[in-house]
Amino acid sequence: MPGVLAAAAYIPRYRLPRELIAREWGGQSAGGEKAVANHDEDSLTLAMSAALALEGQGERPDAVFFATTTSPYTEKQGAATIAAVLDLPSATRTADFTDTLRAGTSALLAGLDTLAGGARRVLVAAGECRLGEPDSIVEQNYGDAGAAVLLGGGAGRAEVIATHSIADEFLGTWRTREQEFPRSFPGAFEAKYGYGRVLGEAVKGVLAKAEVSPEALATVVLPTPSPRAPQAIARALGLDAKRQLQDSFWTTVGDTGAAQPLLMLAAALERAKAGDLVLVAGYGDGADALLLRVTAAAAAAGPTVSQQIEVKRTLPSYGRYARFRKLVRKESAASDLSSAVVMFRDRKELLPLYGGKCPKCGTVQFPKHRVCIECAHPGGLEEVKLARRGKLFTFTNDYLFESPDPPTSHAVIDLEGGGRLYCQLTDCEPERVEIDMPLELTFRRIHEGGGFNNYFWKARPA
Amino acid sequence: MNIRDRVAVVGVGCSKFGEHYERSAEDLVVEAAFEAYADAGIEPGRIQAAWVGTLESGFAGTALADYLKCFDIPITRVENYCASGMDAFRNACMAVAAGMYDCVLALGFEKLRDSGRRGLGTFGKHPVVGYGTTAPSLFAMAANRYFKTYGVTKEVLAKVAVKNHHNGTMSPKAHFQMEVSEEQVLAAPIICSPLGLFDCCPTTDGAAAAIVCSREVARSLRPDAILVKGLGLSVTSGEPYLKPGFAYTGFPATRQAAQSAYEQAGITPKDLDLAEVHDCFTITEILNYEDLGLCAPGEGWRYVADGRAAIGGEVAVNPSGGLKSFGHPIGATGVRMIYEVCQQLWHKAGARQVKDAEIGLAHNLGGPGAVGCVTVLANS
Repeated sequence: MPGVLAAAAYIPRYRLPRELIAREWGGQSAGGEKAVANHDEDSLTLAMSAALALEGQGERPDAVFFATTTSPYTEKQGAATIAAVLDLPSATRTADFTDTLRAGTSALLAGLDTLAGGARRVLVAAGECRLGEPDSIVEQNYGDAGAAVLLGGGAGRAEVIATHSIADEFLGTWRTREQEFPRSFPGAFEAKYGYGRVLGEAVKGVLAKAEVSPEALATVVLPTPSPRAPQAIARALGLDAKRQLQDSFWTTVGDTGAAQPLLMLAAALERAKAGDLVLVAGYGDGADALLLRVTAAAAAAGPTVSQQIEVKRTLPSYGRYARFRKLVRKESAASDLSSAVVMFRDRKELLPLYGGKCPKCGTVQFPKHRVCIECAHPGGLEEVKLARRGKLFTFTNDYLFESPDPPTSHAVIDLEGGGRLYCQLTDCEPERVEIDMPLELTFRRIHEGGGFNNYFWKARPA
Repeated sequence: MNIRDRVAVVGVGCSKFGEHYERSAEDLVVEAAFEAYADAGIEPGRIQAAWVGTLESGFAGTALADYLKCFDIPITRVENYCASGMDAFRNACMAVAAGMYDCVLALGFEKLRDSGRRGLGTFGKHPVVGYGTTAPSLFAMAANRYFKTYGVTKEVLAKVAVKNHHNGTMSPKAHFQMEVSEEQVLAAPIICSPLGLFDCCPTTDGAAAAIVCSREVARSLRPDAILVKGLGLSVTSGEPYLKPGFAYTGFPATRQAAQSAYEQAGITPKDLDLAEVHDCFTITEILNYEDLGLCAPGEGWRYVADGRAAIGGEVAVNPSGGLKSFGHPIGATGVRMIYEVCQQLWHKAGARQVKDAEIGLAHNLGGPGAVGCVTVLANS
């Protein structure tokens, strides 16, 4: 029976208290805070970070699907980048699921179909970084996060008992090519006639197929555009909202769009017991529903959702958020240079982070030089994959370097197992950076030179 | 090859260093070159070949030819990061020693203030590896590692700034003639932690020139020509941050260049009366004391704190005010150091004169400590 082998969430470290947004525009705070992607993160890096947390779960996936409504590219795939960073073979099947909030669950359904078509493992990684229009209700609602689910056959976390999917043409929320921000029809139209109607139908549909009654469900994952939205659906379906509804983390993370069902599923699985029935639904231009039976309780692959909610850095101002999300632009900013040719040629060093090891003196080094950096051995280096954890050798907090979040910490890092890396630190308190501190590498957008996203690794406190 | 006593400096020139918003690179180059010709007592036509050091203010030999109109002779542009100037001088010396020429010009210049840039900008060439490097960041990382290794804090750096600003007040051509206090240095805004504003040299416009002759021609031009005793150059990795064995508590390029220059000169650091060293940042000067052998590793911070680097101390380090106070027009600096050592060895350095100076050293450092260039000069 195909099912979920593992799931992981990635919540960026920055938070913006809704009170700061309300104060900026003179409105009312909806309470709580939202998770905000760092200025060097986007939906792809958020999904990547979640996917990386699932690395090392045995066999490699033979398909990778990326789900988002906010892909960093409108033409160019994200899934291929994820496959490259995960160092998957070129025969890996990749696809992006976009343009609807349902992309996350639709990618899961497509993943199940791919398994049925012969694939052994499918990785679905969702990331969302939606930009709410400034001075709008959704600006407070939207939060940023990533989540990843590894699908496969055999013994895993949960088996899929039934699925149900509905297509429904409905103008609830949309964004045209010309619009920068998602737009919704004003009032309760979408909540009642889109969300409530379609989601309820999908849930009923999957329960009917599996012949399961609502009260038998241990946990129900209903995506949440607002904190109140799922309550009415739960009532209509005869669910006990308090007992059965999975927390959407709206208060602490926000509405994470296409990533939300997967994020909530990861959280549900963290505390699920064997035998629990978990229902996951997704909404957007219709609805998807998947019914899962938990087969084994297991610890989370990476840090749990609640642990990630705890580790945070609060943005000091709305202005900083506006700078991160390019709502305000610095016109005089220096422009970066890049070369798609160099990024192509060095892809194996830059994405899965390969270095070299000298066959003569044993020095592990990055990049993979032609001649050993320590002993000048000219015979070429052995390819070696570098660790993504290490220790800070030295650093500086640079106020001269232009950044939306100064100062920029430059770091020299000794990686576990060898290799010295020089990169920027991110997600850190500059004043707390110190030599010998443990660091983990994190995949980020370094700059946009050349008119494209230049991705590479940074490091952050482990 | 040993350069000792084979070539000599017969004349030097140096433009006023500073923020020259009303003067061009041409103005500065012409000022320095013609001062050197006058100092040597020669006509421009006597120059048989020239070497010009500039990081990015000009390209090719034409960078000099078009300003000085010294057409139709061999001119080579030298670029070796911040050591471009002294390497131009070194190449000029070697060509004369090789017997190709008997009277040549070495000139360095840089016009930084025309760009409006903050500092030097980044050195990176790869789109993402080594991205975002700034000049102070590279040396700040050495400072933090030095502090960790030897258990000192940023207070030790301030002594260098205070000393060099003091020396600069006696240096009319320096960018700054301004005393600073330790308190001022420590309270300055941070540029790259732990380096504050006064730990960094300024961005400066300037040019400097030296005329190098064979020993025989030098003798015919002036009896007090300054003899070149040793020339060392060493190049290590321009990406030390990727070198697993790099300790960040000094620069091997300086150590190797110094050792070579001392050997050629047949001296030890104890024989020096003065040293013009590359204090692009205060931490760099402390590391230079150690790398040049003025004191033991880990003792550099104490060397300046104890006054041993002051004029009147063991070895007067940067009597000119150094890069810190004299300024650092990249390509000009190495030649400007030769200018200062010559002034000192001629005993023409005025209020900053090092008493009875006979042997002086000049040390130019390029890139992230990657290019070390050391010259030893003496007046007999």
